[in-house]
Amino acid sequence: MERQNIESGEHPATSIGMAPTRRRFLVGASAVAGMVAFPGLSWAQDKPKQGGKLRYGMNDGSQQDTLDPASWATVMTGFAFNGSLCNNLVELLPDGSLAGDLAESWTGEEGATRWTFILRKGVKFHDGRPLTPEDVRQSLLHHMGEGSTSGALAIVKQIKQIDKDGDNKVVFILTEGNADFPYLMSDYHLSIFPAREGGGIDWQGGIGTGAFKLESFEPGIAIRLKRNPDYHKPGLPHFDEVEVVNIPDGTARLNALMTGEVDVIEDVDIRNVAMVERNDRLKIVRTPSLRHLTFDMNCSVAPYDNPAVRKALKLAIDRDDIIAKVFLGEAKKGNDNPAASIMPFYAETPPQHAYDPDAAKAILKEAGLDNVSVDLSVAETAFPGAVDAAVLFKEHAAKAGITVNIVQEADDGYWDNVWLKKPFNASDWYGRVTLDWLFATSYTSDAPWNNTGFKKPAFDALVKSARAEMDQAKRAKIYAEAQQMLHDEGGLITVAFVSWRLAMTTNIGHATLGGILPADNHRGAERWWRMDA
Amino acid sequence: MTTKSHPILSMAASRIGLGLLSLLIVSLIIFSAVSFLPGSYASAILGQNATPAAVAAMEVKLGLNRPWFLRYLAWLGAAATGDMGLSFSGRPVMALIGPRLKNTLVLASITAAIAVPLSIALGIVCARYRGRFLDKFLSTSTLASISIPEFFVAYVVMMVLAVKLQLFPSMAGIRNGMGLGEQLYRMVLPILTLLLVILAHMVRNTRAAILSVMASPYIEMARLKGEPEKRVVVRQALPNAIGPIASVVALNLAYLISGVVVIEVVFVYPGVGQAMIDAVRNRDVPVIQACALIFAAAYIGFNLIADIISIVSNPRLLHPR
Repeated sequence: MERQNIESGEHPATSIGMAPTRRRFLVGASAVAGMVAFPGLSWAQDKPKQGGKLRYGMNDGSQQDTLDPASWATVMTGFAFNGSLCNNLVELLPDGSLAGDLAESWTGEEGATRWTFILRKGVKFHDGRPLTPEDVRQSLLHHMGEGSTSGALAIVKQIKQIDKDGDNKVVFILTEGNADFPYLMSDYHLSIFPAREGGGIDWQGGIGTGAFKLESFEPGIAIRLKRNPDYHKPGLPHFDEVEVVNIPDGTARLNALMTGEVDVIEDVDIRNVAMVERNDRLKIVRTPSLRHLTFDMNCSVAPYDNPAVRKALKLAIDRDDIIAKVFLGEAKKGNDNPAASIMPFYAETPPQHAYDPDAAKAILKEAGLDNVSVDLSVAETAFPGAVDAAVLFKEHAAKAGITVNIVQEADDGYWDNVWLKKPFNASDWYGRVTLDWLFATSYTSDAPWNNTGFKKPAFDALVKSARAEMDQAKRAKIYAEAQQMLHDEGGLITVAFVSWRLAMTTNIGHATLGGILPADNHRGAERWWRMDA
Repeated sequence: MTTKSHPILSMAASRIGLGLLSLLIVSLIIFSAVSFLPGSYASAILGQNATPAAVAAMEVKLGLNRPWFLRYLAWLGAAATGDMGLSFSGRPVMALIGPRLKNTLVLASITAAIAVPLSIALGIVCARYRGRFLDKFLSTSTLASISIPEFFVAYVVMMVLAVKLQLFPSMAGIRNGMGLGEQLYRMVLPILTLLLVILAHMVRNTRAAILSVMASPYIEMARLKGEPEKRVVVRQALPNAIGPIASVVALNLAYLISGVVVIEVVFVYPGVGQAMIDAVRNRDVPVIQACALIFAAAYIGFNLIADIISIVSNPRLLHPR
């Protein structure tokens, strides 16, 4: 049985004005123990002003949106409900590390199968009810059980039992050890709502513990929130009011920002970035994200079952050219590793695969293959610019003696009929918070979305052994090996990692943004402020 | 003349009957078409959480695992009693569409209240001064505005009045609790755009209808009797042109209900067109069906009214022998 120390009291970050870094996360025991620090304080660079209103133009709100946390699927609900109205047990800091939120600390025991969360004292729901372990228990149970359609189903499936221990402890018993369990509690569906008499949670009332209280909710149109004066994080939030407006059309969204109807907009078209940057009143804020765009080869299907073909194709694509011409420089070069550099346990996977048609040709020749011809299935919906990227790839590969036939697929139904089905296709991955979750959904032999048909027992064994490993140094080593294996032998060609791209008026103040979830890990409303308030 | 053979009543009865049949066919076509589209509500909503197990669980929960015609019959049974059912998100369809329908009707009514009298007046003026500068100017400019796609008109209007001159807000997003004055102020740009789009059609048709009547011998007779030209156009020609004018007005009013989705998107106006697009994207069949029925009913209803007007305005149809 491993037992980690509970770190309590003020985290050094608060007192010296420095945030915990990922490096510290990797080597220190604090990875498993909770922290008391409040990120809003540790990140403030100059003193934020109080007051004013934030108006945020979203791109994906839907009339399907509801207050039910199991149904949340849009950035609009994630930002307004998960990030503003509610809190989770834990919070993702901007640097990708984990801090306590409604829980002030936690410990994992018995091979990471038993997790005890100690709740913060004095936290109140918007209607004055105090937070209790029963609220936490019911909020998790809401996603579990027979016939659950929750977006967090994959996470809560590993919970065998939830017990209350006294008036401030909740104990989770897992079916198998998982050292990432606290991380998974940051999933945006797992917001804590008040429990209802006789079981279940009361999500219909729109009552949370968050920095803002719900004023009005018109699904797919607008969500309005008002400052919670009794918020449990001292000094937060800064805004008096928050209004989240749905503006699906990109041009209309940009117009709304330019005419001062909103202060921040989601997802600026790369073709408009230069125009926004020329405007003195506006700025573009880029935040590295987990999202990556790939061309995926199915390792179980010929000719991709031949490692030489996979290797040659990885060297026959000029990523720099694609990034410059298709993404106008708004992307970071990928290196055939699905892990993003902002994730815990990310490891460099040398060498950086670079465009080398001669080397690709040599590899194929050595394997006895003279002319290789492949069919690449793409559609614009696969990822923005996928078709253009494929056309460039075809030109690049031709120099290596590889023929890439572009198969233009229909946009509608791409994810049902092409993705996971055609042996070489383009894919848009939003990523996962932890490597374990990323690998288990897409790269282990039994992963439901194994788009690369990667079935390697050695890789599966690495992922399994890392899962319950509480020794962070050992874990880092295992994950580095797994990432290197995907880089060397896997079927994914990671073209690029893209950033969240917000445009906002220069009146909005903020520190470094978190990029694991959009909109500053959904918590922009409590982290940002108005300079002109 | 007996009431049972009254032309308006019998026409209205047969039109309403045919209209209901049309609605039935429309609902069947839409329902089956959506069912044959790839993708489902479950995979659309679950997005990157759509593991096969989660999709299956949601389809069972929503009854999507049953064949589409069984689902259609169940939907039809409820709809026949006026119950539009629940959206897949769990809210009643009418609660979801209701406020948006109200917004659409408000926008359509205000636009129609301005557009219909204005376009008929302009059409009369054009007919009266046929071939003169005013007629040529109006004919050319309306032809131009009818030829330009509506989204382009919308963006030009927005660029000039909202971005450059900053006279009006670029977002028409009206919301609950906003004063009437501010609501109207926010709606100026979409109304202006819609006016530019529908005026042309109605002006040109009014002009053409009056001019075709003006070629009749009785107009020549009126002129020979010495009636002033203005009186000839308004008192002699116009009443006989009401039928065709009513049908083009009906067509444009129906467009204002069902065709303004592009305007809604550009000006972020929360109308029922956006609701339908959203529903199609998510394959939310009950909402799609309700929107389709509203749109189809608008066309059928306005055309029925136009037919009644043309019968009333035509004594030969009103009192058949």
